[in-house]
Amino acid sequence: MKKHSPIPPRLATYLLLSFLRDDFKEDVAGDLAENFEYDLRHSGVFHAKFNYWKQVILYLRPFAIRKPKNYASNPMIMYRSYMRSAIQNMVKNKMHAFINIAGLTIGISVGIIICLWIYDEVSYNTGYPYFERNGQVIQNVTNNGEVETVNVVPWVLGDEIRQNYGTDFKYISMASQAYPRVMAIDTMKFSRVGFYVEPDFLQMFNVMAIKGTLTFEPSSILISESTAKILFADVDPIGRSVTVDDASFEVTGVYKDFPEHSRFGDVGFVAPWSRYVVLAELEKIDDPWRPNSFGLYVTLDDKANFAKASLRIRDARLKKVNDQLAKKKPALFIHAMSDWRLRSEFVNGQMSGGSIQFVWMFGLIAAFVLLMACINFMNLSTARSEKRAKEVGIRKAVGSYRSQLITQFFSESILTTFLAMVFALLVVWLMLPLFNSLAGKNMVLPWSDPIVWGGVVGASVIIGVLAGSYPALYLSAIRPVGALKGVRSGHNASLPRRVLVVVQFTVSVLMIIGTSTVFLQIRHGKERPLGYNTDGLIFVPGATAEMHSHFDAVRKTLIDNGAIVEMASSVAPSIGMWGSSSRIDWNGKDPELSVDFAQFVGSYEYGKTIQWEVLNGRDFSRDFPSDTASVILNEAAAKYLMKEEVVGETIRSRGEPYTIIAVVRDVVFGDPYESVRPSMYYLSRESQYFLNFRLNPEKPAKESISLIEKEIKPYMTQQPFSYEFVDDSQSRKFGNEERVSTLASTFAGIAIFISCLGIFGLSSFVAEQRTKEIGVRKVLGANLPHLWILMSKDFVLLVAISCLLAAPVSWLVLRSWLEGYEYRVAIPWWIFVAASVGTLIITIATTSWQMLKTARVNPAATLKVE
Amino acid sequence: MIETRLGDFEETVMLIVGILGEKEAYAFRISKAFEQRTGRAISIGAVHSTLDRLETKGFVKSVLKQATSDRGERKKRIFRITALGRRVLKESMDFKVELWKSYPEFAGKFSITGLN
Repeated sequence: MKKHSPIPPRLATYLLLSFLRDDFKEDVAGDLAENFEYDLRHSGVFHAKFNYWKQVILYLRPFAIRKPKNYASNPMIMYRSYMRSAIQNMVKNKMHAFINIAGLTIGISVGIIICLWIYDEVSYNTGYPYFERNGQVIQNVTNNGEVETVNVVPWVLGDEIRQNYGTDFKYISMASQAYPRVMAIDTMKFSRVGFYVEPDFLQMFNVMAIKGTLTFEPSSILISESTAKILFADVDPIGRSVTVDDASFEVTGVYKDFPEHSRFGDVGFVAPWSRYVVLAELEKIDDPWRPNSFGLYVTLDDKANFAKASLRIRDARLKKVNDQLAKKKPALFIHAMSDWRLRSEFVNGQMSGGSIQFVWMFGLIAAFVLLMACINFMNLSTARSEKRAKEVGIRKAVGSYRSQLITQFFSESILTTFLAMVFALLVVWLMLPLFNSLAGKNMVLPWSDPIVWGGVVGASVIIGVLAGSYPALYLSAIRPVGALKGVRSGHNASLPRRVLVVVQFTVSVLMIIGTSTVFLQIRHGKERPLGYNTDGLIFVPGATAEMHSHFDAVRKTLIDNGAIVEMASSVAPSIGMWGSSSRIDWNGKDPELSVDFAQFVGSYEYGKTIQWEVLNGRDFSRDFPSDTASVILNEAAAKYLMKEEVVGETIRSRGEPYTIIAVVRDVVFGDPYESVRPSMYYLSRESQYFLNFRLNPEKPAKESISLIEKEIKPYMTQQPFSYEFVDDSQSRKFGNEERVSTLASTFAGIAIFISCLGIFGLSSFVAEQRTKEIGVRKVLGANLPHLWILMSKDFVLLVAISCLLAAPVSWLVLRSWLEGYEYRVAIPWWIFVAASVGTLIITIATTSWQMLKTARVNPAATLKVE
Repeated sequence: MIETRLGDFEETVMLIVGILGEKEAYAFRISKAFEQRTGRAISIGAVHSTLDRLETKGFVKSVLKQATSDRGERKKRIFRITALGRRVLKESMDFKVELWKSYPEFAGKFSITGLN
């Protein structure tokens, strides 16, 4: 008896027969089988199988592949017929066509808007030729054991890098901080953003001259085209003199504005760094390697790369600083320009994200919303399959091929998508201004870009195929005999539909929980006790020495006329920090401890003006002339001293001893989600830039402010009077989070809406399908609530499953998100319950309408149909 | 110049078809014979593709017959050279002999035995 011998790999044979021309099937399969036998005898099973596969694959030649059957003699007529039947189907089922198109329109609109948003984010800063090669030198410093990343460096670093580490860099430029400065010509004053840079900067960032030359003499200044227009209108600006921060410059060139969509977009003038060194008296700084205040930009040499160059310059500062600062282990590295925007945040010295997180988040949202719209389409089409099964059966019976039916369904779905795309473009066009104001952007639809149009058409086809794939493949597979006899597909047929509904609602519930938690976190941050009172607290910048010399008189007048309760001057407003110092010392300080204390300087009544809470000791007082040598600590700073009683202790700052006279409750001045940094408050009798006023709550704020203006104006003539409410500035700190949460909740709402649209359609189908069943049940005595529960429970079950799935997932995601905030809300348990119950109620509400309509029909009417 | 309309590989395959004769000339055998005679490996598909092309040109004809057990009782596609095919082969050879004869280094000294 012959042993059972190996046979050729089945899969390979299957593959072969799947593509082979029909008339070749027999002989080719025979040849390959014979070859397999031959190999088996000569070289073994493995080789035989391998060679069989090889032979099969090598049969993939044009001559051997089955030609597609040429079904119709005139394909145009066929496609026209497909289109016609697609339109007929839409007209016949207006509601479903509407749900499909509306859902897809919303989905695609969201997709387009988010694509624009992502493009806008990703293209930020890209408008420079050296985009790929530019970077900024920034540093990691270790404070109190925590690594902090700062993007400013000492002013001497530029020269140090140039002299000792220059081989890696093509261009190197120091830059002062870019902020609005007062520019004046003759008697006119303007506020323009600008900064001081080295000549290399002009090459690095492709500064192009429009008028004049880009010469960089110490007294020259280059102004942007838009600045030139504002300052000089039509007059030729070249050679004119302007003053910036009280120093006079001569305009030598006008350059083309920096790309608007970039870090330097608002820079209206650049002036030479060499002049800044003189003006800011940088050379007089006793320890030039200590203060970090300046930007350092570099362009890599052609052969260098960021990683290696970063490693080389890492210790450039460490080698120069004093022992005290060396404890902070300053490590320099280069932050590539392509990461400035997208990966701008650092945690523990590692890049941790930035707007790239939002790019991902919104990208995901767009994908989900689009997916939901596609799911609706699939579900409605398959649900309708029982109605269309007859159509398919007849088409098949009269000789339609399956592939023709697939084409037909695809042309229906692509037609739907195209319609939706047209509507979506319209919606985007209408909604873009609104979205721009929500997102704080200035985006436009690039109508004239052929790539966009290609994308639009391509996306319609892809979405059409995606949305139509399931119905096309599912419906076309129906067996005509069964379909014509009216055999109903069993329970299994609706399983994929159920799964899709669960997917939809899981995502929706996820989004609801997510956005509500974001809202809670923002509210949590807003309601955080700030340690002082922001109500009716305003600050006015630009106090002059003259103002200061009349300070007491002004204060008295304003208090007497009831405009204010108290006023004080300070170096920084209460929402900001003046500076920080690491040269802090006290008796018993651990010599290894390196800690930065934030520094605040104010006049006597600073504390009373902002109404902080003195926990221990006494506030600064005019009764104690020695208070200039006193200091007040906040709780965080007091903790560092590790003493039971800190009031009365001495603390040395930059070598000077100060007596601690009080501990105050932490005043939240920085990021509202971070813990408060240890702070020290000094008293100064000298002139300070900001005036703080505690308005009288009894008087309307407007009145008080105009009284203030009247009093201080005579002493502050150099600048126009401007003021700001501290609570406004405080709430601006939430701008970014609020913007994102508004957008995210809008999208979550849209997602829910689309999902509801879907189950609305589905429920109406179910209701329609069960009309007779309901009729029979009614005849047999079922009542309305009973019928309602009967029909709703399927959907409710699905949504309940979704809620159960969404809760743990969202909890995990949100927990890791909240870990990014030091001051965070605890995720409340009720948020899961509320989201689930809310979704269930919405579900019941949407499905009931159709159900009840069906359930209320007189059974006599439904049962006599047919 | 005579247009042979016959590629080198096509010619070889046709000759092998002729050599193998009525019983053996099907794609598997032809590819094995090709491998034996040239020492070069060739896939059955490549041979079949050439045969298919030759058939379109009318140089060979194929019929299905002779199912055997070692190929799962499937029929073989046996190829046979047509009259046109024979003529094209002959023309191709004549053309090459003509060329050889006019090759100056070999002119007169070089005889192809048994063919003229």
